[in-house]
Amino acid sequence: MNTLYLAFAYLRYHWARSLVLVIAAALILFVPVATQILLSTSQTALIARGEATPLLLGSRGSQLDLTMAALYFSNERPDPIAMREVDTIWDSNLAVPIPLHTAFSSGGFRIVGTSLDYFDFRDLTFSDGRGLSLLGDAVIGAAVADALGKGVGDTLVSSPENLFDLDGVYPLEMPIVGVLEATNTPDDQAIFVDIKTAWVIQGIGHGHEDVVTAADIAAGSEALANASVVQFQRITPENIESFHFHGSQGDFPATAVIVVPADTRSATILKGRYLDSENPSQLIEPASVIQGLVDRIFRIKSLLDVVTAIVAVAALAAVGLAVFLSYRLRAKEIATAVKLGARRGMVLRLLAAETVTLLFISGCIAAIGAALVARNADTWVGWLLSLGA
Amino acid sequence: MISVENVSFAYGTGDFRLNVPRLSMQSGERLAIVGPSGSGKTTLLNLVAGILSPDSGRIVVAGKDVTALTDTERRQFRASHIGFVFQDFALLDYLPALQNILYPYRVTPALKLDQAVRERVEVLAEACGIRDKLDRHPNELSQGEQQRVAICRALVTQPKLILSDEATGNLDPESKGRILDLLFEQASEAGATLLAVTHDHELLPRFERVIDFADYREVADA
Repeated sequence: MNTLYLAFAYLRYHWARSLVLVIAAALILFVPVATQILLSTSQTALIARGEATPLLLGSRGSQLDLTMAALYFSNERPDPIAMREVDTIWDSNLAVPIPLHTAFSSGGFRIVGTSLDYFDFRDLTFSDGRGLSLLGDAVIGAAVADALGKGVGDTLVSSPENLFDLDGVYPLEMPIVGVLEATNTPDDQAIFVDIKTAWVIQGIGHGHEDVVTAADIAAGSEALANASVVQFQRITPENIESFHFHGSQGDFPATAVIVVPADTRSATILKGRYLDSENPSQLIEPASVIQGLVDRIFRIKSLLDVVTAIVAVAALAAVGLAVFLSYRLRAKEIATAVKLGARRGMVLRLLAAETVTLLFISGCIAAIGAALVARNADTWVGWLLSLGA
Repeated sequence: MISVENVSFAYGTGDFRLNVPRLSMQSGERLAIVGPSGSGKTTLLNLVAGILSPDSGRIVVAGKDVTALTDTERRQFRASHIGFVFQDFALLDYLPALQNILYPYRVTPALKLDQAVRERVEVLAEACGIRDKLDRHPNELSQGEQQRVAICRALVTQPKLILSDEATGNLDPESKGRILDLLFEQASEAGATLLAVTHDHELLPRFERVIDFADYREVADA
């Protein structure tokens, strides 16, 4: 008891020195543990997303870019794939295709044009509102709702692709009809719209006031469409009928198509159909692409582990030296204690109590920090992964 | 109280050797040791306290042959029978004056810290004029006050023998006299024997006996 009393008195009186030692030791313990937790959570999250997506169809090119764009809604822009590929998959009866269009954004968050199947496929549920039902509706992820402070009843405006594109497409104002429950996946960071809404944003489809009125028809006068015809920037029940698309839907673009095969046999047949390297489309397994990425990351991590170990040893040596020098500085105190009748063991216990107390406090701080990281790892990893988006 | 017979001691290094053929002190006596630096004054104190063991000879303190005791027994004996006052006070900067006085009870299992001890500290601190400064750390005290704290620490265990090693060496002339008076007074009240090493010849007349280590002779007319 006396030993602890003296140890605490010493540490309290020399609080600045104690604080530095505690922080240094806590960091030495905390950093490798926290890094390990975040990395393993990242690995789990990355692989889980990949494994939850059986097949991915897209233009032939970088498999990683295609995977990152379709699974993590990143900035990568793989060449678009034509929607007729979706029809081809449907017609094969081998799988369910879920198109994704990730070319646009709003308020810094990716607008993901897709079909209703996506919500079932990802098992997304609503914390508020409803799903997509009308052209122009938007459903936002939990993180988007938090970050933008928006909810059901608010609106979002798509960001222009290029500020200098003066004759480009007008931004589309979209009512938010639903907010998703948080999933700690990139879906939290996305704004979901029907893929047709994405095409409207792209300018493939649009709505405008009637060029020809009933009176014009009765009078037999000719119709003239020019820039003075008002284009609608928000889809409403009143003007939704005027929205239409030019061209064949089979030519419309999608970033990628998630392919959910009926069974293993169907998957194998489908993969066989896209083996031809001359085929402009490719069917990939995102899990293997992600695994390749993770393997690469963890090869780098091994190097980082070595660096961390070297830094930890150096830091521990510095802390050890500080403690040793502290003992040297206290040689007089030790001599006094001996002269007053203290046993050698008592002096050693006193110094050990101080060291153990410092390490215990450091360990507690590091453990609390590690517990906090472990508790929030899914959220933080979701946020970290979305940074690339 | 103290009986030193044919004691011889040498450190492992160097050619210094202390030889004390005979030295004795009566209980309650005040004896000063003077002599040049390196003549063995502090070494004798350490031998009497059992901190060092002589190469030969016998030292008896309060009826106990300290040379025959084991290391643990010597520490216990020192804690319960001897009070130390040092030139540099040897106070711990991280403890307030009260805890510095109680320090022997913190580091020595043989001593039990109870209410009686705490009351004794109050009495000692009052007598030494530092009762209102017990919550202060050493760096908040003057040198004279620090030495008063050190004296309280030496006396709190009610030792039979007080060993003073240049206790007034760091003090100004005015404080020296007051501190020595205080040491004598408290030693008398406790009935303790006082063996003091000093360089200060002005203080020698206050001692009953003085031994000059320069030629190991007793200065009768101190």
